[in-house]
Amino acid sequence: MTDVCIIGAGIHPFGRTEGRSGRDQGVFAVRQALADAGLDWTDIQFGYGGSSAAGAADIIVNDLGLTGIPIINVANGCATGGSALASAYSAIASGEYNVGMAIGFDKHDRGAFNAKPAEWGLPDWYGETGLMLTTQFFALKLQRYMALHGISRTTLGRVAEKAFENGARCDHAWRRSPVDLDTILNAPMVNDPLTKYMFCSPAEGGVALILASEKKARELGIKPVRLKTAVMRTRPPGSFEVFAPSLDIERGPSPTVLASKAAFEKAGIGPGDIDVAQLQDTESGAEIMHMAENGFCADGDQEQWFAEGRTKLDGALPVNTDGGCLACGEPIGASGLRQVYENVIQLRGTGGARQAPNAPKTAYSHVYGAPGVSAVTIMER
Amino acid sequence: MTALTPIAAGLWTDEALPRLIGGRDKQSGRIVFPMPEGDSAANYQAISLSRTGTLWSWTVQGFEPKSPYAGSQPFAPYGVGYVELPGEVIVETRLTRADNLRIGMAVELAIEDFGQGRSTYAFRPVEDI
Repeated sequence: MTDVCIIGAGIHPFGRTEGRSGRDQGVFAVRQALADAGLDWTDIQFGYGGSSAAGAADIIVNDLGLTGIPIINVANGCATGGSALASAYSAIASGEYNVGMAIGFDKHDRGAFNAKPAEWGLPDWYGETGLMLTTQFFALKLQRYMALHGISRTTLGRVAEKAFENGARCDHAWRRSPVDLDTILNAPMVNDPLTKYMFCSPAEGGVALILASEKKARELGIKPVRLKTAVMRTRPPGSFEVFAPSLDIERGPSPTVLASKAAFEKAGIGPGDIDVAQLQDTESGAEIMHMAENGFCADGDQEQWFAEGRTKLDGALPVNTDGGCLACGEPIGASGLRQVYENVIQLRGTGGARQAPNAPKTAYSHVYGAPGVSAVTIMER
Repeated sequence: MTALTPIAAGLWTDEALPRLIGGRDKQSGRIVFPMPEGDSAANYQAISLSRTGTLWSWTVQGFEPKSPYAGSQPFAPYGVGYVELPGEVIVETRLTRADNLRIGMAVELAIEDFGQGRSTYAFRPVEDI
């Protein structure tokens, strides 16, 4: 198997862009990624991608050119981008192709997602009685985690404070102003213990990544970032997931734990070897819990980590350097690829005001979503 | 209460002290709620679950959910939790109050008026009885 490299990365700014469709934001990102790699659309041999609410990915050929290449539409909820990347990775690693693309884009209505029970295999009453909300799930998982592992509300506030600090420094972020800790903690409660600043919002955006074999990258004279592994996993028995009318008393690990372990095994390194990480932060508590589920710290240690600022830009392990979902919003199809885009920037050292000063050599990304899916990548320069 | 129609059939038993109806996997013994429907129902045996349990986690729903939410108007924040029914299963449920909730508190099943002539299930802190 050949090494797989990322040789081009493009992003359409996240947030709200009136008058520009989700697909157009995806095409914008592809053009930027092509320019970044110094390639033309006619050089691309295949694509994987999709959106949750903005249509199929293969229609981008209308704008980019009818070159006849295969484009596989991916519809995997919050793991759409991660799944597209994992598929593109395999297509290059197998040797079948040597240049291809992963793309994700989206455009959601304002306010919380309104899931339809039937699409998730659930009865109508579950939605009618007000139990089918992603925000509730995160609050319920977090409330118990805080009680079991001694996490304080102040630490929840610090996660959001850091996100907005980083977002203020990042040109593709949506929320570009710092918010102080008191404002975050005293904001209206959305789902106890989470206030409105502790939740991300559905948003818009697009990301495209161009992948190539190591040989091809060398031929092009590009100093690549290596994608060591990209894995996606669904949930194991006993996990606690979004949209679960009941849970097993015997508790088990999460899909994140499975994906993380598999990724570290394949990459041949451990959590202590990672220099920068992008972790799913749908809300403040998610980042905290995912730090432990991905193996970066023990349950409960997050309290100390945040008190010491260890995951700030200048900390030992910067986490969510572009402000994450909290500052960028969550266009479902693009969100996982945004994390990988940000890691490319950090590994290249071109992050400008948000560049982690530890000159990262290794980078980790993790996305999580309904109904219990997780995708992880590990990259190196 | 007798005038109210349950929000769905088969969620709880029709008796003086109703119980939720779960499904026990005929192979593994694993218990789920609600009782599965469709083809997979054949793999489960319907069972009445414990009326009492402990609060496993909780939150308060502070904003009105979008469609298909069908709660009564005007919207008022409501408690949501998972309740551990000992030795059986942990069920997701509305709670009869939205304050002074704590993990581990004793709760029991209550059938609530959900508006528009319908009822749904909830759990109520035993200290409120």
